[in-house]
Amino acid sequence: MMDFLFGPFIHNEFMARALAGGLLVSLSCAVVGTFVVLRGLAFIGDALSHGVLPGVAVALLLGLPGMVGAAAGSLAMIVGIGYITRRSSLSSDTAIGLLFVGMLALGVVIVSRSRSFSGDLIHILFGEVLGISWADVAGQGGAALAVSALAFVCRRPFLLLSFSPEQADVSGFPAKRYHSIMLLMIALTVVVSFKTVGTLLVFGLLIAPAASAALYAKKVRTMMALAWIFGALSTYGGLLASYHLNIAGGASIALVATLLFFAALVGKRFSSTKHRTHHGSTA
Amino acid sequence: MSDPAMSADSCAEPVVQARGLSVGYSTDAILSLLDFSVGRGQTLALVGANGSGKSTLLKAIAGLLRPMGGELSVLGGLPLATPARVAYLGQFHPSGFVLPLCVAEVVRMGRFAARGLFGKFGPADEEAVHEAIEAVGLSDIADTPLNELSGGQRQRVFIAQALARRAELLLLDEPEANLDAASRTNTRRLFAEAVGRGASAIIATHDIDAAAACDHTMLLARRVVAYGPSAQVLRADALLETFGVVGRAEGDKVVVVGREHGHEGCDHAD
Repeated sequence: MMDFLFGPFIHNEFMARALAGGLLVSLSCAVVGTFVVLRGLAFIGDALSHGVLPGVAVALLLGLPGMVGAAAGSLAMIVGIGYITRRSSLSSDTAIGLLFVGMLALGVVIVSRSRSFSGDLIHILFGEVLGISWADVAGQGGAALAVSALAFVCRRPFLLLSFSPEQADVSGFPAKRYHSIMLLMIALTVVVSFKTVGTLLVFGLLIAPAASAALYAKKVRTMMALAWIFGALSTYGGLLASYHLNIAGGASIALVATLLFFAALVGKRFSSTKHRTHHGSTA
Repeated sequence: MSDPAMSADSCAEPVVQARGLSVGYSTDAILSLLDFSVGRGQTLALVGANGSGKSTLLKAIAGLLRPMGGELSVLGGLPLATPARVAYLGQFHPSGFVLPLCVAEVVRMGRFAARGLFGKFGPADEEAVHEAIEAVGLSDIADTPLNELSGGQRQRVFIAQALARRAELLLLDEPEANLDAASRTNTRRLFAEAVGRGASAIIATHDIDAAAACDHTMLLARRVVAYGPSAQVLRADALLETFGVVGRAEGDKVVVVGREHGHEGCDHAD
C-alpha cells in the first residue's frame, strides 16, 4: 500500500520532479487563483492561458525559448483586452472572447504550418509534467516566490478591488494600477506553469482549487491556504493516477482538481442543509 | 444663518467648498456651476430622483470623478488628497456574485486607507472595526460570509465599513437602501453621533425625512432646484419640481396627482 502511494515518487526521479514542480505551480495558482475567483476574473485567466499559444509557437519557430514566447503572448493579450475595452463600448467579456479565439486560432495556424510541431502542440496545450527538469522546478519556485511576495505587498488593494474598485480608489489605491498588477501576476503564473501543466490545463489549477476553497473559507488567508491544499492534493492524486493508469499527467492533475471541486460542492451542500436548521433566516 | 454660505464661513475653513463646479460624464455635464460649502460638523442632504445628479456630485467629492469645471476643495485640498479622512459609501448594485468573505473581514477594509500598503494594524484599528460591527448590530454574525446575508444585512456591513474609517467627512449614497425601519432609525442615530463628534456628512437620498434631519438640503433635478437650510428648502412646491411630480399641496400634505416621468420618488412629504 505504502509502495502504491509513495513508491512512484521515491523510485523515479521524473516523478519526484513532477511532484515538486506541481506543488510549486499549485502554490502560485492558489495565491493568484484566490484573487481571480474573488474578483470574478476567471474568463481573463482563461483567455491569458490560451493567448500564450501563438507566442510559444512563434518562439519555437524562431528557435527561442518557449517561455519568452509565452510571456509575449500573454502581454499581447493584456494589452489587447485593455485596448478593445477602452476604444469600444463592448463589455470586456466580448473583448476577451474575441481575442481568446483569435489568439488560439493564430496559434493553431502557426503550428499547422510546420510538421515538426504537431507533437509540440500537444506539449504546449497539455504540458509535459513528467518531462520537466530540475531547472524548470527552480524556475517554478522563483515564480511562486515572486507571485507570493507581490500578493503580500498588494494584499490590501487586491482585497479592496475584489470588494469594489471604487472603494480601492477612495482608499488611496488606484484601482487601475492594481488591476494591471493583478493581470501581470496571472500572466506570470500562466507563463511559468505552461511547461508543467500546459497552457490549457494551468487554468484548471488556477480556478478549481481556489473555487473549492471559496466554498469553505471566510478569510483570504484561509482561502489561499485551502486552495494550496486542494491544488497539492490534485497534483499528488493526478500524478499517482497518471503513473498507475498510464494516463497523461497534466490532464490527470486538472481532472482531479475539478473532481475535488465537485466533491467540495456536494460536501458544502450537506453541511449547509445541517447549518440551515440552526439559522433559518440567514439566506 | 439663513444663507448656508454664511454659516459655513463662521467655521474656520469649510470641509467641502465648491465654486462654479460642473460635474458629469465625458462631455455631458449633469450639474453645472454649483456653489456650495459644508462646514465642520455640518450635514448636507442631496435630494433628487434617479438621474438627478446626486450620485454624480457625491462621486466628484469622493474623487472618483474629475470635475468638468470649476473648483472643488475637500478638507482643504483636492478630492482624494487624504483618503483616510473621507469615507465614501457607494451604491451597490447587487450582482449574482457576492464575496464569500466574512463580515469582519469586509469591515476591516475600512481601515486600509489609514494604514496604506504596509502599515501594521494596531489596537486602535481593531477597536474601530469591533465598534463599527457592534454599532450596526452585526456582532453575532461577524464570522458569517457576506454571501449568506440578506440585502439589509449587507448594507449594514457596508455602513460599518464606512464608520470604521472614523472619517472627518462622510459621503453617503443612499445609505438607507434595503434597510428596514429599525435599522434605518439606528443608522440615522449612528451618523448623527459621528456628526456630534465633529464629522461632516453629505448624504444623497430621496427620503424627505432623512433630508429634514440634515442642516442643509440641495434639491437636484440635473440642476439645483433649491439650496438652503432644510426647513426652508423642503417645501411642497420645490419637492414637486424636484421629483417631476404633478400634484398639489393640501395643508401639510402633498397629494400626488400624476408624474411627468417614471422616476422613483416620494409619494408624500409631511
